[in-house]
Amino acid sequence: MPESPDNTAPIRTKKATADAYFIEHRAKVLDIAAFLDRVDRAGGEDDYRVAALRVAISLLLDGKPERARRILELWSDQTTVPIGKAHMKGAVGCVDLSSSTDRST
Amino acid sequence: MYIDPHVHMVSRTTDDYVRMARAGCVAITEPAFWAGYDRSSVGGFFDYFRLLTDFEPRRAAQFGIRHHTWLCINSKESEDVGLSREVLGIIPQFLDAPNVLGIGEIGLNKNSRNELLILEEHIALAAKYQQMILIHTPHLEDKLKGTILIMDAIKAHGGISAGRVLIDHVEEHTVKPVLDRGYWCGMTLYPDTKCTPQRAVDIIEMYGNERIWMNSAGDWGHSDPLAVPKAQMEMRRRGHFESLVHKITFENPRSFLSQSAKFSAQPLTPTAADVTR
Ligand SMILES: [Zn+2]
Repeated sequence: MPESPDNTAPIRTKKATADAYFIEHRAKVLDIAAFLDRVDRAGGEDDYRVAALRVAISLLLDGKPERARRILELWSDQTTVPIGKAHMKGAVGCVDLSSSTDRST
Repeated sequence: MYIDPHVHMVSRTTDDYVRMARAGCVAITEPAFWAGYDRSSVGGFFDYFRLLTDFEPRRAAQFGIRHHTWLCINSKESEDVGLSREVLGIIPQFLDAPNVLGIGEIGLNKNSRNELLILEEHIALAAKYQQMILIHTPHLEDKLKGTILIMDAIKAHGGISAGRVLIDHVEEHTVKPVLDRGYWCGMTLYPDTKCTPQRAVDIIEMYGNERIWMNSAGDWGHSDPLAVPKAQMEMRRRGHFESLVHKITFENPRSFLSQSAKFSAQPLTPTAADVTR
């Protein structure tokens, strides 16, 4: 666990954390595995969102901290100037990593 | 006992009020937002503001929940500058209503020039009428950029104190920049987007418990009006003290919101059903 800035976090061991959360996250990993298998079985072109998901998955195992923050930054629009006009109201969840540069994580 | 400081009851049922009251909800604040479709005229907003300032507080009171609200035109509709300015023009006549706490939820959606222009005009309106501000930050890939643009716009105005602004929907990549600039921040608990209860509690453990709250932002989308009590359960499951659970889900929102004398989280006796109108 990262150092708590004001000692609010109770003491927890890795085992206690696994006791509480392992089954839930075991299921989520299987969901991702089955999703990637589903994508493989489907026809058509590769999708940039799935490509962005694969890059994010690689960050999970790079041994560095703050994975959630770094994945959110990876998927974020890194430009800083307002766009000319909003052509849609929604958001898709990630930018197209193949068409963007300078995304240091 | 808890406060849900961001929930769109206009799109929730009366059963949700019952369940929230049973789970310990004593007060809520409901920001004006997008209805799921673009309203066709300023009259649509006039009626929406009547609902937020008149009908909805009476409906909530039947379950002992104190209802407060924030007024604006949402950034999803502010691409239409003409309509936005008409709506800005009718807001002042509602600001003295007993449950209006300020201007919100304003902000950006796709980070466009017109959205930014109308955000700046809302900020100026809040400054002119000395109103607090509740900020909506954009969704998903647009959030990081939008959060920075919004904070820059507030700073550029110069007339708004950071302590009177709450920047909502923060996640792991935006919470620190918001807190570092002196603003309050909100974590929205959604099933798929924004924060899960687990991640929200992680954020408290990593970034502290000052100037931060949690809300359900329950609306017409995939959301959960009982998300705050579920996050309370998550904190207890991890062994957090009851005092911290109370601070995050009651004292912190009360501290921020009490900057308006109109806010109250005092116990409210449920009123009779509103059958005579
Ligand atoms: Zn909202």
